[in-house]
Amino acid sequence: MAGAKRHSIIGKALRKIDATAKVTGATIFADDLFFPRMLYAKLLRSPHPHAKIVTIDTTKAERLAGVKAVLTGKDLPIPFGILPVSQDEHALAPDKVRFVGDPVAAVAAINEDVATEAMDLISVEYEPLRAVPDAEDAIAHPDPRIHDYGDAGNLHKVIHLEFGDVDAGFAEADLVREDLFFYEGNTHLPMEQHAAVAQWSADRKLTLWSSTQTPHYVHRALAKVLELPAARIRVIATPNGGGFGGKSDPFNHEIAVAKLAMMTGRPVKITLTREEVFYCHRGRHPTLMWVKTGVTKDGAITAMHFKSLLDGGGYGSYGVASTYYTGALQTVTYPVARYKFQGARAFTNKPPCGPKRGHGTPQPRYALEVHLDKLAEQLKVDPAELRLKHLVPPNSLTANYLRVGSMGLGACIEKVVAGSEWKRKFRQLPEGKGVGIACSSYICGAGLPIYWNNMPHSGVQLKCDRGGGVTVFCGSTEIGQGSDSILAYIVAEILGLDPFDIAVVTADTDLTPVDLGSYSSRVTLMTGNAAVQAAERAKEILAGHAARKLEIPEARVVFADGRVFDAQDPRHGMTFAAAVEVAEAAQGTVGTVGSYTPPRSAGRYRGAGVGPSPAYSYSAAVAEVDVDPDTGIVTVPRIWIAHDIGQSINAAAVMGQVEGSVYMGLGEALMEEMAYRGNRNVVHKIPSLLEYKSPTTLEMCDVVTYLIEDPDPNGPFGAKEVGQGPLLPVPPAIANAVYDAVGVRVDEVPITPEKVLKALKKKGKGEEGRVGPTHFPEIAWPDAIRVPPPWEGGDGNAQPVTAAAPERQH
Amino acid sequence: MPDPKATISFELNGEAATVAFAPHKTLLEVLREDAGLTGTKHGCELGECGTCTVLVDGTPVLSCLVLGLACAGRRVTTVEGLAANGRLHPLQDAFAELGAAQCGYCTPAFLLAADALLVADPHPSRDAIKQALSGNLCRCTGYLKIYEAVELAAARMRGEKAEPAPETLYGRR
Repeated sequence: MAGAKRHSIIGKALRKIDATAKVTGATIFADDLFFPRMLYAKLLRSPHPHAKIVTIDTTKAERLAGVKAVLTGKDLPIPFGILPVSQDEHALAPDKVRFVGDPVAAVAAINEDVATEAMDLISVEYEPLRAVPDAEDAIAHPDPRIHDYGDAGNLHKVIHLEFGDVDAGFAEADLVREDLFFYEGNTHLPMEQHAAVAQWSADRKLTLWSSTQTPHYVHRALAKVLELPAARIRVIATPNGGGFGGKSDPFNHEIAVAKLAMMTGRPVKITLTREEVFYCHRGRHPTLMWVKTGVTKDGAITAMHFKSLLDGGGYGSYGVASTYYTGALQTVTYPVARYKFQGARAFTNKPPCGPKRGHGTPQPRYALEVHLDKLAEQLKVDPAELRLKHLVPPNSLTANYLRVGSMGLGACIEKVVAGSEWKRKFRQLPEGKGVGIACSSYICGAGLPIYWNNMPHSGVQLKCDRGGGVTVFCGSTEIGQGSDSILAYIVAEILGLDPFDIAVVTADTDLTPVDLGSYSSRVTLMTGNAAVQAAERAKEILAGHAARKLEIPEARVVFADGRVFDAQDPRHGMTFAAAVEVAEAAQGTVGTVGSYTPPRSAGRYRGAGVGPSPAYSYSAAVAEVDVDPDTGIVTVPRIWIAHDIGQSINAAAVMGQVEGSVYMGLGEALMEEMAYRGNRNVVHKIPSLLEYKSPTTLEMCDVVTYLIEDPDPNGPFGAKEVGQGPLLPVPPAIANAVYDAVGVRVDEVPITPEKVLKALKKKGKGEEGRVGPTHFPEIAWPDAIRVPPPWEGGDGNAQPVTAAAPERQH
Repeated sequence: MPDPKATISFELNGEAATVAFAPHKTLLEVLREDAGLTGTKHGCELGECGTCTVLVDGTPVLSCLVLGLACAGRRVTTVEGLAANGRLHPLQDAFAELGAAQCGYCTPAFLLAADALLVADPHPSRDAIKQALSGNLCRCTGYLKIYEAVELAAARMRGEKAEPAPETLYGRR
């Protein structure tokens, strides 16, 4: 509790400022909004995975009593998408559909029943096209193309980066090992179904309330597609009933209700069914991975070559960034002297994949940490020791030019090793019981914005009221992680106030300065720094006027306990409210602004935009498992996890994020999967909360959590992220523990009983006790972008391409 | 077209209530759309997630699977009925204190399921809590803070001066 000693609020376990609203049911989520004369919208979705739309006839639906408007793709011809490089979505498919569930028409009616009835009256004639069920099929079948853009055929993006000569690195190694892994796709499954309400006023102003994590990007998409000036559009993100990345894209339904409201002049609401939430998806990319690593006898990595193939689904979404992320963060935990990454993302005819908690990094982290476990066994060293011995030093630059600041992974490993009694248990528990260790790291916000610009990533405005209240305005979006509270704690700490005296106004494009959104674990660091700046500026204004009034030097003015006073004589002072009055009388209304832009990243090569971050969090986990050799069922009684948080802002909120991350990692490791069947294997098998298995209270493990506080100079009060990083070590720690328990490798998540049994049977027959992928397909990689690492004289720029340079295939 | 409405009388959060609604509506829809109580949430409307849990005659039920008409003369409790006279119920207080409500969407359901448990068993074991809440999904918390909040509230409801353990709030040292 180092933080609690230095600060009065920062680091303490306080209630969140919205906790009372949450426990009384008073929080208004998007579907809780009801307006007079409100209409209800429904989307008609494609039953085909890949088909041309020949005709759509809506006349019968339009004639149904109670139907107020019907929309099809021709009404909204302008495409959109979260990334500037993949503006490939339409609110309603204009000419072809790309997955079962792709929307083709929208209806607004007086109630949901009439809207549903109208759906049945819309006739759509489709001309089915060959469907692409998975990434390997996309490589084998470049035609028909799902999109008419992308790097080749049905490959959306192909990446090839090399930092130093990896072949030379492998030649220096004492041991070189190759492994293949597969990480199945899974989905966010927020308990709240996406919902949105749009209102159009006669003075040509549009308001959209939506359960979105990124109101700023929705604002931009609406302006583009509806061809309205952004100043006439107001987007309000309602508190999200869970997001986890699944509400980070601008969505079809948001644009459709906006257009329907404009057509009818009435408020229009849409709430997706649970089945439709599965079609929105944007979840974890199914990813096939191949990794080859060379190590010295003591485990130092001389070179690593990593390949990934992502199954992207029907649209781009964040996919280009996701693909880079599968190759970006391998270098920030253990030093990698030379590094090569090849990544490809395929378009397939399934719901689009995108960013889920950990965005593109849980897959490679799983591969890397299981691969290291196998390397450690071959080297005959303890895998915890191997990791401890080879940590990226703090304040260093990696081979791919990521700048690591504070680095608390060593302390994390030591905590979980001691707490779990690792040394007594590893390779020594009875058959069927095992322990496994894994580590990870995650970004604290992306170093670059999604659309390139020089503006801040986060802005805060602060208003001091003469009654002593302070209001903080910020575009950040509360998704349950506590972002509203963070603003109140930070401002209260600096101004010496009670956080519950701070009013927080967030996520409203009319009222709040831009924050880019609740994604990439950026919010505490970026809005926190903006809030620090705004509060320090307010403090400076108030201190100046108070000093004159108190007739003391400004440097002696202290803000604490709701008062402003002389450090040398605490009785000599005034209330905070009086200080605001003094300042307001002297200079007028007291208000300030603050903003935050991440430091410039070190990489200058194409692709260097993904991976840089102001800071990196670190986690280590030990999982204990029981494996039943008769059924293959894996149960996890306990996980020990240590997380390098930099500095807790609210320790209880940090604990909640760690435990929630462990939970989600447990689900991904053991049971969660987007499964498809039939019709060329592209119809979702289980779009329901009952059949998409996620951990209930009966599957959740005990968690022993350690918080490591090693403040980072780039974080507000030293704080780093916690919302995503602690998920990452959980699946590989469980996989490694399964091996410790029964001696089989399941190189594929989820680790289902069927796979464990299959591996045990193979082992029983004297074969390799392993289940997992067996090959990585041939891909026509482009020429490598070659960037010498910093220790080989590199400056972050790619080497000039020479026409004669032969492309080597590996 | 507007359906003819049915009218029922029942006890809603301790008060006599009469509500008119289209007769095919579920209790979930009646509460949210006709009684104006949006504290009751939904996650699937198929009886799979527990998010719409309310108490009918003190027993947790999935309000998405109960017809409004079936509640005539019954006693229905929603999250809006837990706090009394502006004071939080001990369960609500403990959930707020420990951060057992993150996004808060599943919280009303967990509170009501836990309340029914504590009425039946004022001193539940951790396993009994897990069993009682096993029909409710939460994607944020990993359930651990929820267990701890139920235990804290139970102790306080028994009259004990209970405080959260330091490792619950700050982690193990």
